[in-house]
Amino acid sequence: MTEQQALYKYSLRLGDNALILSARLSEWCSNAPFLEEDLAVTNMALDLIGRAQAMLKYAGEVDGNSKTEDDLAYRRGERDYYNNLIMELPNGDFAYTMVRQLFVSTFELFFYEELQKSTDATLAAIAAKTLKEVKYHHLHAKDWVIRLGDGTEESNRRVQQAVNQLWMYTGELFEMDGTDALLMKDGIAVNAEHLKMGWIQMVTQILALANIELPADGYMQSGSRMGIHTEHLGHILSEMQYLQRAYPDATW
Amino acid sequence: MVVSRFDKEQILDILATIPDPEIPVVNILEMGMVKDVVIGDDGYEVIITPTYSGCPAVGMITADIRSTLEAKGVVPTTVRMVYDPAWTTDWMTDVAKKKLHDYGIAPPLHSSCNDEMLDNNTITCPRCGSERTHLLSRFGSTACKALYKCDACLEPFEYFKCH
Ligand SMILES: [Zn+2]
Repeated sequence: MTEQQALYKYSLRLGDNALILSARLSEWCSNAPFLEEDLAVTNMALDLIGRAQAMLKYAGEVDGNSKTEDDLAYRRGERDYYNNLIMELPNGDFAYTMVRQLFVSTFELFFYEELQKSTDATLAAIAAKTLKEVKYHHLHAKDWVIRLGDGTEESNRRVQQAVNQLWMYTGELFEMDGTDALLMKDGIAVNAEHLKMGWIQMVTQILALANIELPADGYMQSGSRMGIHTEHLGHILSEMQYLQRAYPDATW
Repeated sequence: MVVSRFDKEQILDILATIPDPEIPVVNILEMGMVKDVVIGDDGYEVIITPTYSGCPAVGMITADIRSTLEAKGVVPTTVRMVYDPAWTTDWMTDVAKKKLHDYGIAPPLHSSCNDEMLDNNTITCPRCGSERTHLLSRFGSTACKALYKCDACLEPFEYFKCH
């Protein structure tokens, strides 16, 4: 693997995470608990689409085969997607979506704080932009998890259940492979393993405020670094890519 | 080769006539979105930066810049988007903040954002000036705004978030 190939894959991974989580959050449009929340969730989805666009555009430039961000979003099969599994899981109930958002945005707080120091100027610039947005996503998710966890017996039960179910997908956020190792040598990639302690601390603190128990560390689900996904990603892609597959090169 | 008939000042004056598509009382210069104008041998380049990465207005702004400049004979023009340094509400001019306020949107509060101040703000109602307001939703009609309600005049209003 050359550094160029690694950078391509790394940018794809970051773009895919944003794109797939955005697709999931968009599903709440007109289905959120109330109107303001509808706006909040879809605005977070919009931030993520913007980030996906920037990352995939850059991936296309690095690759050098004149692929646009749209080509990369609409013309890759699921085995060529590298988003973390947690992004593609179905939304579940609102508590589940917010717990996922808490886990992911907390990770992203730490991750993009580091990535903005990347020696790759483009990744650093996108990271600086992203960090500002992620801070709001994090506040929003944190508020909801505390409000629901510290709410009624029913809402507490649902948050606890979401935490228990999602926990085994959090390990993957910190996983690294040859791509990361190669890019870390030149200060391009973030050492994700180093973020784990901070993440655990922050999540533990928030869950305590929400009267939620931390699950015991157990088996962690994995696979996305190699393009191995749950059965849910294919369904997202079949809907997202339908038009470009049915009518290639269709334009407005 | 293009004869540079327009200098940077003239081009900036033309750009100042382009409104922000989502908040039409302010123009794109006042919002701090135009980073530079480069006059090259083979055309003009306008460098812009997005306010928010997913801002749907960016496509429209790009098209507006091209068509407005073309109509004034500033051709050929390209628009380039840069992310670095990331846009901040600090770049909004005081004139822009005043216009936002008069339009009914509470302008961003701090000259610079620190994390503690992201959320624990007293936002003044742009309609009646009361400080008795509360947050309804951290995301308003667009990602860049939050939704507040005034407890004095009871009107809901938007607050342009610190960024
Ligand atoms: Zn008022």
